[in-house]
Amino acid sequence: MRENIGFALMCFGVIFDAVGCVGLIRLPDLYNRLQASLKCVAMGTSLILLGTMVIAGLSPLSAKAFLCLLFILIISPTTEHALARASYIGGVKLWKKSVVDKFKEDIDKS
Amino acid sequence: MRKIILALFSLIVWVLLVWPFTPWGFDYQSFLVGIIVSIFVGILFGDVFTESPHKFFEPKRYMWFICFVFVFFWEFLHASFDFAYRVLHPELPINPGIIKVKTNLKKEFAIGILANCIGFAPGAVTVEVSEDNYLYIHMAFIRHIGAEEPGAYVIRRFERILKRIFE
Repeated sequence: MRENIGFALMCFGVIFDAVGCVGLIRLPDLYNRLQASLKCVAMGTSLILLGTMVIAGLSPLSAKAFLCLLFILIISPTTEHALARASYIGGVKLWKKSVVDKFKEDIDKS
Repeated sequence: MRKIILALFSLIVWVLLVWPFTPWGFDYQSFLVGIIVSIFVGILFGDVFTESPHKFFEPKRYMWFICFVFVFFWEFLHASFDFAYRVLHPELPINPGIIKVKTNLKKEFAIGILANCIGFAPGAVTVEVSEDNYLYIHMAFIRHIGAEEPGAYVIRRFERILKRIFE
């Protein structure tokens, strides 16, 4: 029973990872792609690790999986923020159908 | 004081990493090495850890932290399902743009945590935090531009709880 739940969680995780990769191809510009690759892939990876924890029970393996889950949840938004900021300052343009860009307005003003 | 707290944290991480609860009893050797390493870590990095260590002894903050974990995972689930829907929809319903929201938090650490949490809110990523506490957020779907803060609801939900935890 426990193994079945674990494998089901892992399957959902792989599906989310695949959706993240589809988003990486389909979406138009860097910022939207970053969001797809953060949200869906972080969800997929944490579901896979959760499945590992459920299968392994209370053991060294599940403790390490828990640590990995924690560090992924801390580190992935930080890298996303760093990439977004660096690429904006480096001059990567928004998608041409974007509706509003307050950051550019404020940079032009100052 | 803050060195002792940091040493305790690193000891917890060490125990999770090494897991000394073996079937043939408690593995005191690796635990002892962990104590030495965490004292070393506490002495080295205690000064850059936190500004006000007395906040670690207020149980109300831990209650709010548990509340924060639930809110965080709810938003995380919502965000990932929302984005999976947008990616798989044939017409790609996105309406992106960068908006500007002022945060009421004062502490730098709390603003950092808030900027990271926004990465997990539905369709939002922080691009820049300015000097005067303005957050520039890239939203994947903006409903109406006319209002002053179209995406403010994203950060208000986290802000209310983070204020009680860190300030």
